[in-house]
Amino acid sequence: MLSRIAESLFWIGRYVERAEDTARLIDVNLQLRVEDPTTDPTASARSLLSVMGVQTDEHTSPADVLPMLMHDPAAPTSIVSAIAGARESARRARETLSVEMWESINTTHNSVQRGQLKRLRLPAACTYVRERSTVIAGTADNTMVQDEGWQFLVLGRCIERVDMSARLVTLAATSPTQKSAWSNVLRACGAHHAFLRTYGAMTTDQKAAEFLLLDRLFPRSLVYTLNQAEKALASLDQREHRIGQSGDASRLLGRERAGLEFRDPDDVLMALPERMTQLQQACSTASAAVAERYFEGSTAALWQGGEW
Amino acid sequence: MTQLFEDYASAPGVFDEMFGEDGLRPTYAALHQRLCALGSDEVRTRSDYLSSAYIDQGVTFDIGGEERPFPLDIVPRVIAAQQWATVEAGVKQRVTAIEHFLADVYGEGKVFSDGVIPRRVVTSSPHFHRIVARLEPANGVRVHVSGIDLIRDAEGTFRVLEDNVRIPSGVSYVLTNRRAVTSALPETLTGQTIEAVNVYPQRLLAALRAAAPSGTSDPTVVVLTPGVYNSAYFEHALLARMMGVELVEGRDLVVQSGRVRMRTTRGLRPVHVIYRRVDDDFLDPVHFRNDSLLGCAGLIDAARAGNVTIANAVGNGVGDDKLVYTYVPDLIRYYLNEEPIVPGVDTWRLEDPSHREEVFDRLHELVVKPVDGSGGKGIVIGPRASAEQLDTLRATVSADPRGWIAQPVVQLSTVPTMIDGVMKPRHVDLRPFAVNSGDDIWVLPGGLTRVALPEGELIVNSSQGGGSKDTWVLAETGPTQAQSQSQSGGGSQSQSQSQSGGGSQSQSQSQSHDGEGA
Repeated sequence: MLSRIAESLFWIGRYVERAEDTARLIDVNLQLRVEDPTTDPTASARSLLSVMGVQTDEHTSPADVLPMLMHDPAAPTSIVSAIAGARESARRARETLSVEMWESINTTHNSVQRGQLKRLRLPAACTYVRERSTVIAGTADNTMVQDEGWQFLVLGRCIERVDMSARLVTLAATSPTQKSAWSNVLRACGAHHAFLRTYGAMTTDQKAAEFLLLDRLFPRSLVYTLNQAEKALASLDQREHRIGQSGDASRLLGRERAGLEFRDPDDVLMALPERMTQLQQACSTASAAVAERYFEGSTAALWQGGEW
Repeated sequence: MTQLFEDYASAPGVFDEMFGEDGLRPTYAALHQRLCALGSDEVRTRSDYLSSAYIDQGVTFDIGGEERPFPLDIVPRVIAAQQWATVEAGVKQRVTAIEHFLADVYGEGKVFSDGVIPRRVVTSSPHFHRIVARLEPANGVRVHVSGIDLIRDAEGTFRVLEDNVRIPSGVSYVLTNRRAVTSALPETLTGQTIEAVNVYPQRLLAALRAAAPSGTSDPTVVVLTPGVYNSAYFEHALLARMMGVELVEGRDLVVQSGRVRMRTTRGLRPVHVIYRRVDDDFLDPVHFRNDSLLGCAGLIDAARAGNVTIANAVGNGVGDDKLVYTYVPDLIRYYLNEEPIVPGVDTWRLEDPSHREEVFDRLHELVVKPVDGSGGKGIVIGPRASAEQLDTLRATVSADPRGWIAQPVVQLSTVPTMIDGVMKPRHVDLRPFAVNSGDDIWVLPGGLTRVALPEGELIVNSSQGGGSKDTWVLAETGPTQAQSQSQSGGGSQSQSQSQSGGGSQSQSQSQSHDGEGA
């Protein structure tokens, strides 16, 4: 597969997941404010934006949240620009994508460009983004040949999901005054139902964190997602490896997963924000390692033309 | 509810393909009947469906970096089997003659020594490239894909307007138009058999594989695109996808020791045939424009070394130069010893002083075109131009008479087209596509019909506000009504039954149909 196409697929995976997870973050933030009227809206807006990596200062107000995270096409953190990014990558890899997958991305982009997100009420807009993302992911899984290209798509999706889930966890961990913070994060991850089925209605912060971080069966937990990413990397790597991990990306992600899994269960809540920051860092390094190893062709040596 | 064609009036002196002086032409009888049966409102609804379908599918072209949906009209253009047989033979003949001519120009040059065409006509063409002289293509083919632009004059006779043997585009819309129109108007298909177009990618791939350098048993074919900002990117992606080959950009390729390779996730992989959609000038910075980033350095050398086939061949531009066009009838007689099957349009060679004088006197009634233009660029239509424009044109032509030709204003034929929900006559042309595999020149039945959407407009290019129509070539069998019904009894009819019926019975019907079918 062409390196350039592989890179496009990887980024489709990342952008689509990013749009979905951003919608989930906005949703959980909205819930927190609704359920706990004592919340300071400005502080909550600032913590949400800073978790998403947006620079905040004393002028940042709750009115900045939706433009920065949802509507503003110029803001790299917005859902609109994530969808546009997915569509642009899809356009570059159009001959590789299945027709249905291309159309599902293209129609989502078109409707968002026509102002669909602004027309809907906020919760409905978040649901819309979540559903479209699920349609795209499902169409990809059901119509694409599960070859190398698909593995890159899955890898991008997983790395992005780990990164964004780490941000969600940070958001919950940094709102200690709110009793319902963890259960809202569970809801945002679509994990609330799964959690109740597993643990019953005895939500404690400890249990909720365990579930989101360590559950081996829930498809949005950190450990599960890291496992998926490692599997994708292993199937991309054709070399025979009898010793350790070949490739920086699998080594990094594997180490992070082990760090989560082999920690003393009682310490699961300890130093969460710092550990989540470290995890995000690992995602970004792993992403760079994948790029260097597989997409190197896309930054080809340029022909130097013109006057001598 | 008004009748669909009630107020339809074709312009005087123009050949309308649906309605003649004696009313409805037989070729369109079946289509007309089905459309009228649907009624105006329904046809309008279907027409809206078409435009939204193209937006959803992303069937677009780019103008200045902006992506626009390609307008597709609801009314198909129909061509009778007999008419098509003539067009097909004419296109084959022309392409054959141009192949001979290109082989001669870059080979022995007998056409010059025999005095058929002056050598300077070719050597003064900006598309003549000495670098490929004596470069013998692997299977002798230079024009792997061609698009011959045809029009129908006031009598309805097909005439060649220009040849495109470099990188003709538009075939992707032939494929998508057929799918979109048949799903919008499934009713119109019963009672007539239309030649299929979806075999094109298969034919193209076969021709490209046949052109591979000798000694490659399983050649790797790629499509080379200038990138997503090219106006025809949609087409490049579609062709690559439907042929099942990689779509590469210049930066994906690298030439090492005279061999072309592409950069993949598993390292460098060899490439044997490049179906390039990049112009000659940008193809290889070593030999052409050295500021080009769209091509790949060393490509021409690899081709000269016989390690890669570039399709269409470099230097083909001398074959579709509009001044050379005036010599094509002579070339057909010279190489094939035949008379041209499809006539051209009378053309004045402006480099000839007597021609120039005559043209300058009648400039207000003629069309003047640049010899290497495409996309309707630079064309001046005399009757529409102001006095100043004509003066400027005189000066431009006098400065570079080799660069221009003049033709009479040809009234293109019209076909009913839905404009704002009402049927209006609009001018059309036709670009049939021919694929040369070396053994055989195959002409895609139909081709791209482009339609000028503004009233009275004669330039049909999409960059000038043109749209397109699905083009139907009726099958040779010319079935009587009864025959065709019994034929389609196993075909489209039972299929529609199984769709609406849904039961187990219809399922088994559709299965048995699949069993017999294509």
